[in-house]
Amino acid sequence: MIRSGNQMFTLKPDYNKLPDGIEFQEDDFLTASEEDKENFIEKAPSVSYWKDAWRRLKHNRVAVVALAILFVIVFFAFIGPLFFEADYTTQVRGSENLGPSLSHPFGTDKFGRDLMIRTMYGSRVSLIVGVCASLIVLVIGTVYGSISGYLGGRVDSVMMRFLDLIYSVPDILVVLLLSTVIHQPLQAWCNTSHSGLASSLVTLGPGLISIFVAFGLLYWVSMARIIRGQVLMLKQMEYVTAARALGASRTRIIRRHLWPNCIGQIIVTTCLQIPSAIFLESFLSFLGIGVSAPMTSLGAIAADALGGIYSYPYRLVIPSIILSLMILSLNLFGDGLRDALDPRLKK
Amino acid sequence: MAKYIVKRLAQSLILVILVACLTFLLMNLVPGGPFLSEKSPSPEVLAAMEAKYGLDQPLPIQLKNYVVNMFKGDFGVSLKMQKNRPVILIIKEMFPVSAKIGLIALVMAVTIGIPLGCISAYYRGTRIDSALRVVMTLGISVPSFVIATLLLLLFCVKFQLLPSMGLNGWENYILPCTALSFYPMCYTGRLARSSMLDAINQDYIRTAKAKGASTKAIIFKHALRNALIPVLTYLGPLTAFILSGGFVVETVFSIPGLGRYFIQSILNRDYPIIMATTIFLAALVIFMNLVVDIMYRVVDPRIDITKGGN
Repeated sequence: MIRSGNQMFTLKPDYNKLPDGIEFQEDDFLTASEEDKENFIEKAPSVSYWKDAWRRLKHNRVAVVALAILFVIVFFAFIGPLFFEADYTTQVRGSENLGPSLSHPFGTDKFGRDLMIRTMYGSRVSLIVGVCASLIVLVIGTVYGSISGYLGGRVDSVMMRFLDLIYSVPDILVVLLLSTVIHQPLQAWCNTSHSGLASSLVTLGPGLISIFVAFGLLYWVSMARIIRGQVLMLKQMEYVTAARALGASRTRIIRRHLWPNCIGQIIVTTCLQIPSAIFLESFLSFLGIGVSAPMTSLGAIAADALGGIYSYPYRLVIPSIILSLMILSLNLFGDGLRDALDPRLKK
Repeated sequence: MAKYIVKRLAQSLILVILVACLTFLLMNLVPGGPFLSEKSPSPEVLAAMEAKYGLDQPLPIQLKNYVVNMFKGDFGVSLKMQKNRPVILIIKEMFPVSAKIGLIALVMAVTIGIPLGCISAYYRGTRIDSALRVVMTLGISVPSFVIATLLLLLFCVKFQLLPSMGLNGWENYILPCTALSFYPMCYTGRLARSSMLDAINQDYIRTAKAKGASTKAIIFKHALRNALIPVLTYLGPLTAFILSGGFVVETVFSIPGLGRYFIQSILNRDYPIIMATTIFLAALVIFMNLVVDIMYRVVDPRIDITKGGN
């Protein structure tokens, strides 16, 4: 008998209330044999967090389609150029301004460069910029947010004030300003130094560098806010108290206990950051401030096509569609990922 | 309340000064400083500049002079685009054009976006809802230049219904304003949908239903009012969207506004214009955030923002 409060419970089954058709034999109450145990485990295998999330994701048709489209675009951007000898700079005399045909499916531009190959390289630039910028956001935002949330108190409020300050500065203006400022010193530095770093920075161009700098300076704010909120909630948990009682240091608690528990949030926020970086890059490239020629990106191809919009409208339509499809699939996949990794957030 | 407004005004002012200082210091990284173009200007201009900004003086004093002159409305003169014309006059001439288009787009975004979001929330789970959600997700995924150029392609090149450039009549406004408002409209719609869903699930809605209020009254009198608050807080970022969208839309439709001029001045490296426009637009966004914060307080008295953040 178990006594709990003023109520009495008994562990003895109430035979009278068992539904019909259920009868217990004596051997039902024997301890399970090894064989039984193995069978039991086989019948209901334990499901890890990732498997569970993957199962939820697989049932989300929209997310699966988005993922498939992303795979196609990644294949197009990274594997596609391997099949062609020409690259994005190759100019073929005599085949300028061709329409779409078998040898040039997207046509050629006014320098005789194949537009499909240029679109491939352009998509590649967009994807790389998106992923790299999101990684910057991931690192800075997670570290800042977890420190602020875990330490709490005055440190937290000062750090959050700083976030508010950054948040109120219009980001697009900072990017434009930075690209202007970086331009000349970069060029000057590259003219004097011939190291590998300098030449690779020139290939990137001031526009892309300023995007990365701006993401490092400004865009991690929302990531930091989300992680801070999670950490504020998680640090009240018993396992954190236990870890602290065992003498774990702050860094260890943050790294071993808090981060693994907000991994879902971290992944989803990072994933949704990619389209916004691609957005920004294409915006700047379209205005002529992003990638510097001869390197190209989807925004730059569209900008080039704007001049010939009356004669060659397809040149504008193709990169625009690929870009929009890329951002749309990333957004939809990110939403699906959020539902899969954190079903509580689903609306 | 008055104390709060004064405090926020002071904060915003400090922020604007900070932005101005930052802009000035960043621009000083440019070889030769912001007031000298790559080719050295004519000796008279150089002398006038040096006299006005004390270019021979130490940097902190130059900075102080720049900020003080800024408050007098003096941002220096254009170096290349409209040589020797005061920048402030250029902004005064260009900004109203952009502001008009931006304001129309903002009004369009809010007046169409909020009802769309509410309809989507009201018919949650039905075909109408999923169709609207697809459109709204599409809207926030398509960059503004794609919308702008596709509209241009469709209505100006293909069917030749509407003029493609300039601002001569009302029909010139249709395409730019549509292109500019599309992203903020879908953004507002998504926000309105989720905050409307939050509001519909509140206890007071059940109370209103229980006392026998009609669906219309519940939606418009009880739910909408509370659902609008989160949407309202996004008016600040919305202004920033319109601003950056304006750069693209004005470029695509060749509208002589401040956005297009700003981009051109960046491409031409006309530093005084870049600095002045950056500070001016940043001040605009900061001012909008201020207005939103105060409105927030007026609309929702539950929030006591004077007590500091939590």
